[in-house]
Amino acid sequence: MADVFMLSRIQFAANISFHILFPSISIGLVWLLCYFKVRYDLSGHPVWMRAYRFWVKVFALTFAMGVVSGITMSFQFGTNWPGFMEKVGNVAGPLLGYEVLTAFFMEATFLGIMLFAFNKVPSWLHTLATCIVAVGTSLSAFWILSLNSWMQTPAGVEVIDGVVHAKDWMAIIFNPSFPYRLVHMLIASGITASFLVAGLSAYRIYRGDDKKAPRLTLKAGVFMAAILAPLQAFVGDMHGLNTLEHQPQKIAAIEGVWHTEKGAPLVLFGFPDEDTKTTHFALEVPNMASLILTHDPEGELRGLNEFEGEHPPVKPLFFGFRIMVGVGMLMIAVAWFCAWQLWRRDDLSRLGLKALIGMTFSGWVATLAGWYVTEVGRQPYLVSGILRTADAVTDIPPANVGFTLSLYLITYAVLLTAYLRTLFLMARRSVEIEEIQLHERSKQRNFIPRDVNQGV
Amino acid sequence: MFADATLATIFVGLMGLSVLIYAVLDGYDLGVGILLPLENENQKDQMIASIGPFWDANETWLVLAVGLLLIAFPTAHSIILKALYLPASIMLIGLILRGVAFDFRAKVKQTRKATWDKVFKAGSLITSCCQGFMLGMYVMGFEHSLAAYLFSFLSAIGVTMGYAMIGSAWLILKTSGELQLRAIGWARWCGRLAFVGIIGVCIVNPLINDFVLERWTQMPTAFFISAIPALCFILLVLNDRVLNTLPLPQDKGCWLPFMLTVIIFICCFAGLALSFFPWVVPGQLTIWQAASAPDSLRFILWGALIVIPCILAYTIFSYRIFWGKVEDLRYY
Repeated sequence: MADVFMLSRIQFAANISFHILFPSISIGLVWLLCYFKVRYDLSGHPVWMRAYRFWVKVFALTFAMGVVSGITMSFQFGTNWPGFMEKVGNVAGPLLGYEVLTAFFMEATFLGIMLFAFNKVPSWLHTLATCIVAVGTSLSAFWILSLNSWMQTPAGVEVIDGVVHAKDWMAIIFNPSFPYRLVHMLIASGITASFLVAGLSAYRIYRGDDKKAPRLTLKAGVFMAAILAPLQAFVGDMHGLNTLEHQPQKIAAIEGVWHTEKGAPLVLFGFPDEDTKTTHFALEVPNMASLILTHDPEGELRGLNEFEGEHPPVKPLFFGFRIMVGVGMLMIAVAWFCAWQLWRRDDLSRLGLKALIGMTFSGWVATLAGWYVTEVGRQPYLVSGILRTADAVTDIPPANVGFTLSLYLITYAVLLTAYLRTLFLMARRSVEIEEIQLHERSKQRNFIPRDVNQGV
Repeated sequence: MFADATLATIFVGLMGLSVLIYAVLDGYDLGVGILLPLENENQKDQMIASIGPFWDANETWLVLAVGLLLIAFPTAHSIILKALYLPASIMLIGLILRGVAFDFRAKVKQTRKATWDKVFKAGSLITSCCQGFMLGMYVMGFEHSLAAYLFSFLSAIGVTMGYAMIGSAWLILKTSGELQLRAIGWARWCGRLAFVGIIGVCIVNPLINDFVLERWTQMPTAFFISAIPALCFILLVLNDRVLNTLPLPQDKGCWLPFMLTVIIFICCFAGLALSFFPWVVPGQLTIWQAASAPDSLRFILWGALIVIPCILAYTIFSYRIFWGKVEDLRYY
């Protein structure tokens, strides 16, 4: 049984990790596309259409990867975690159902119009279709994060004969951690998309693309990142305080607080050791953790000793959290550095371009690290205090799970490689082949009146 | 407003509806994938262009069907998917491959396009074969015997043929010229093979499931139920005659094969549904035994009643936008 348990966990983690890569781009990217399209409608300048056209291809590919990897998830609940639906299906079912009904169909149908109907419908309708897809993707995030948050901080239910029944749907949907997690994830997606846009645009410029479109998208990406990244630090802090209130054991593991203490230090780095319950080589700032989390340098933090057998493994949370925060800091630094350069001279240095190219997929690293912290941080429970992960697992033969796991891993490795190569190939290609007009080569914004034949 | 027992019936109805819509809609785009002629670049592009704006939404009906099974009958969801673990997982790989191949082929170097076309075709084939196999195992009550496997293999071929048939009917509707002629040829072949397949299922199904046999032989239900295969066969013959006369001048009647095939799909689906209702896991679990808590079902039902008409409306809207023969598919 232990084998099926671990294999199923790894398989679920592999599936959902692979899946989240793509929505985390597409949720943010589609709003940028709306922005490009609206700018085009307002100014009539073909460069906005060109920006749209390049990024809508990236979006289409990303969206397709997200859809197909997402279908896998709806099967996994039944195949690997039958206990989940049997015990909390009365809550999880409707929330998933609303996601499919209100979001999936809308996204998928209007995506067809957005991608292929530019010449068949009026421009405003095409813009509207783009906006509907944007609303759909965010709505999808709304429902799935509501369910995920409910699993972290369940509310509004009662347990009858071992099965969870819904009592108050508003309390279930807007459970205590949901608003924080939703905003945190939406901003994360915005940042992931803006670094992707900035990074690939920087790559185009670095490769000698002197057209106007990549400069515009570079600016859009950099400024969006420069605003969202610090905002995320603030929202993340609030999310952390919310976690302290509802899941103190998660915070204790993140901060490496082994024993309840007053005036706890902030461990910048170290190696947590669960056997000896100490953190080796700890680099600490005295009283800082208490100050951040309780706003009092002598405030008391509950330690892991209070949650014996009920707390998550320390190492993944400790390191995961530091990776997320570290990448976040780096993002703020790079985004501000580049925004400052663009502000001052409307151009980026080679160093700035290189930094952005290096950070193209930094959003993925931070998002994954963050999700590992929050999901591993819920262990040993699948639904906090209600259902243990080990009690939900299937009884199918481990060999079958091993087989499918390796199949998934191979497929994912191939697809991820193909995805990354294709994005950079598209960028390189657009350096050469995308048609441009002479006046667009200049860096000044000389907008011209709308001409129906241009840029379409 | 809805009695508890009615809720289960409503939800199995909704689930059946989404399975049927899925079989028709994703059926044609899977069929187009299965038929993809690897040697003809121009026809490949046309065929893929004909399904481009739709495949994504079509696949969503599968998510809805599985979602409804999960929401309304969670116990059945886990019994069925546990029993079908391997074919379901392989089907998912097929769906993944085909979904992404569709996008990659248009974006990679010309030399790699052929590879992604192969992946697209293989993914479509894997998906439809697995779905047919799973349908066969379901009908056989998840029995692990040689007979059950043989029947499931036949069912895999049958479903693949069915998808190829509706796929070629779609192409007759959406294309013209040489490709349309080819599609007419494919449709005739598939129709004949489907004929044989449906006879096979009609014989085997009552023989292995006692309750099905009872229904098919007892009056008055037998009267209605036997009308279904009869209608199915008449339609198949009619379809074959129609295909024989196509294409007509001004492309009259190019929509007929698609419409007839949809009705044939509905007949096959109705036959299966009437054979198994109210079992959700044949011989093991009825819909009433498997249903979730009524309060939760009511909560989602209200949403569904409001949202599903909207979904249908904008789906029709999207088909109207892309009405007519396929043009070059260009991203904008």
